Amino acid sequence: MPIEVLMPALSPTMEKGNLAKWHVTEGDEVNSGDVIAEIETDKATMEVESVDEGTIGKILIEEGSMDVAVNTPIAIILSEGEDAETAITEASIVATETVETSVAETVAANEEPAPLTNQVEMTVREALRDAMAEEMRLDDKVFVMGEEVAEYQGAYKVTQGLLDEFGKKRVIDTPITEYGFAGIACGAGMAGLKPIVEFMTFNFAMQAIDHIINSAAKTLYMSGGQMRCPVVFRGANGVASRVGAQHSQDYSAWYASVPGLKVLAPYSASDAKGLLKAAIKDPNPVVFLENEILYGKSFPVPDTDDHIIPIGKANIRQQGSDVTIVSYSRGIEYVENADVELKEMGISAEIIDLRTLRPLDMETVLASVRKTNRLVVVEEGWPICSIGSEICSSVTNLAFDELDAPPLKVSGADVPMPYAANLEALALPTTNQIVDAVKKVTYTT
Amino acid sequence: MSSKSQKSVSKKDLYKDMLLIRRFEEKAGQLYGMGFIGGFCHLYIGQEAVVTGMNAVMIEGDQVITGYRDHGHMLVAGMEPNGVMAELTGRVDGYSRGKGGSMHMFSVEKHFYGGHGIVGAQVPLGTGLAFANKYRENNNVSLAYFGDGAANQGQVYEAFNMAKLWNLPVVYVIENNRYGMGTSIERASSTTDLSQRGSSFDIPGVQVDGMDVDAVMEAGRKALDHARSGNGPFILEMITYRYRGHSMSDPAKYRSRDEVNEMRQDHDPIITLKEKILDDGDIDEDGLKQIDAEIRKIVNDAAEFAQNSPEPDPSELYTDIHLEETA
Repeated sequence: MPIEVLMPALSPTMEKGNLAKWHVTEGDEVNSGDVIAEIETDKATMEVESVDEGTIGKILIEEGSMDVAVNTPIAIILSEGEDAETAITEASIVATETVETSVAETVAANEEPAPLTNQVEMTVREALRDAMAEEMRLDDKVFVMGEEVAEYQGAYKVTQGLLDEFGKKRVIDTPITEYGFAGIACGAGMAGLKPIVEFMTFNFAMQAIDHIINSAAKTLYMSGGQMRCPVVFRGANGVASRVGAQHSQDYSAWYASVPGLKVLAPYSASDAKGLLKAAIKDPNPVVFLENEILYGKSFPVPDTDDHIIPIGKANIRQQGSDVTIVSYSRGIEYVENADVELKEMGISAEIIDLRTLRPLDMETVLASVRKTNRLVVVEEGWPICSIGSEICSSVTNLAFDELDAPPLKVSGADVPMPYAANLEALALPTTNQIVDAVKKVTYTT
Repeated sequence: MSSKSQKSVSKKDLYKDMLLIRRFEEKAGQLYGMGFIGGFCHLYIGQEAVVTGMNAVMIEGDQVITGYRDHGHMLVAGMEPNGVMAELTGRVDGYSRGKGGSMHMFSVEKHFYGGHGIVGAQVPLGTGLAFANKYRENNNVSLAYFGDGAANQGQVYEAFNMAKLWNLPVVYVIENNRYGMGTSIERASSTTDLSQRGSSFDIPGVQVDGMDVDAVMEAGRKALDHARSGNGPFILEMITYRYRGHSMSDPAKYRSRDEVNEMRQDHDPIITLKEKILDDGDIDEDGLKQIDAEIRKIVNDAAEFAQNSPEPDPSELYTDIHLEETA
């Protein structure tokens, strides 16, 4: 049976990549383990090895092709006596399906608010990098430290290029000692520098949470306003893909409960850039929660060095009249997927992206609830003592008479994140859950 | 290679500094007993020679950071006794306007960075101060003080590693007073020569008689020169003793009265210095009595100030949580 060589994923979250080079041509004999191609993403390059022995029957994706979806057949390997044509027909079916998925994604991205200035398309990863680079150019007190931020160019390539531009004095690789380097950053902040600490993910920031809370958040208060600790703690937060319980969780509610911190969790590249710039300029400690799965997602971003989003302001991504749906970070993706179905049902949802989790912009949420009289909060995090719990409580207190239905939240399942693909999917908010919650609050049957 | 000059400190100055700490702490103990000071209050009595000697050999701009047994560090840094005592009583004229307390006081002006309540946290923080010195190329050294108890914390070694890896100008001053709260160092530490705790990281260290201010100064000079000359961190293990319990609520039943008395009678840093001063003949008994009276007045005034200063206005509850301006 002919063997399809599929576009491999370099990481669990990679969705597409470029086919940089073929090392073989049609008709070449290959053995298992031979390097046959090179693929690349904006993060890394990898060699593709043949998984079996045979003859390259057909190359399906040409060298230099960009954005090839993971699992797209890229070549066919034939065993002795096999014919290339039959194999190609089967492969093309899979390829067509993949193309449809990416079209759907493009439609979703187009629903960004109308641009005010010239926009350029960029990934969240690039937006974050540009924000740091721009602020480092403006203020030589700003520096970045963390694991693999310099020579490796960032574990998730968010700091790509910073070492080249700013040198090793300001882009600093640390040992794998989060508690220690978070403390060093806090000390440097107390001494008047402006550190940006990258945690490879916020799961590892658990080792450092003492300094984030006890050293950074409380210093201004404990010193009667005398001493500040302006550190930005940033990195990937939230649910990743297939990495299990210790590497996949949302810390939003943990940090958002701490007075003295500002907590940001953007969804789009534009907000990621504008809020990170605001965070670096801010004289307070800021916890900046990114999302690994969003790093590679592209959005239009204003083409200026002066793009700053104010901390503490939510964004109404879509105006609507029947229900207010509040979410943040990757939760917006879930909401916008569900909104496709809601539209088909004739339900007009107002979608609010919180962007800042502390201080929460309750004004925007309340104004929307006063208009729609219904509220659903969507979050990846655990349901107990969550951001959604806080918003439902505040709305119930402050707008009880305006509500036509009890506010609902759609949260992650109340379990440690499982590894198995089916269980992991069950632990996350689904389109169905969101649609059901909206149907409930709007009494739609 | 110091570009800024060291202060010239006489034995009389050292005596005054140590006596101020002793009398201040005695008064704080009294005020605690009278209910004017609440919560935790960790007295420095017995350890005065350590901060006094180190302070005498620092140069302008060198930073100090320590744990919660911090009153002595603040007084020698030049912070006002009135402001420190008023913070102990939780009043508005305290250094943190009453919002920090005994363990959380700061003076950026005097380069004193706290006053930290989490055991060992000041070690990476102090290493961060040194990081800032190197970043700014300002020729200053940061002094991070911690106790024998903190010397077993994991974050201390994370900081040691980075301090040597990056050759940061920091001197770690371990104040080994033999007890981490109620647990003696022998019962808490697999190795008790704490000066060698940096050997895995190639950080040199020496043990110093922390009850002798001259010995502290001599070792302090060498350590500061080492760090200031770009050689990276240095560890000073000060062998010292606290006469009082861990905090005011500790009856100190884990050690014998004889042990404490022996230290007070034979190793007291203030008595030792006093004898040296009298031997030198620069000041006589009357001169010392006069100093004693001056210090008592400062401390009594501070106590009165701290009792009369008002409590912070209720509106202070919600201030100093965030700075609103953009830097």
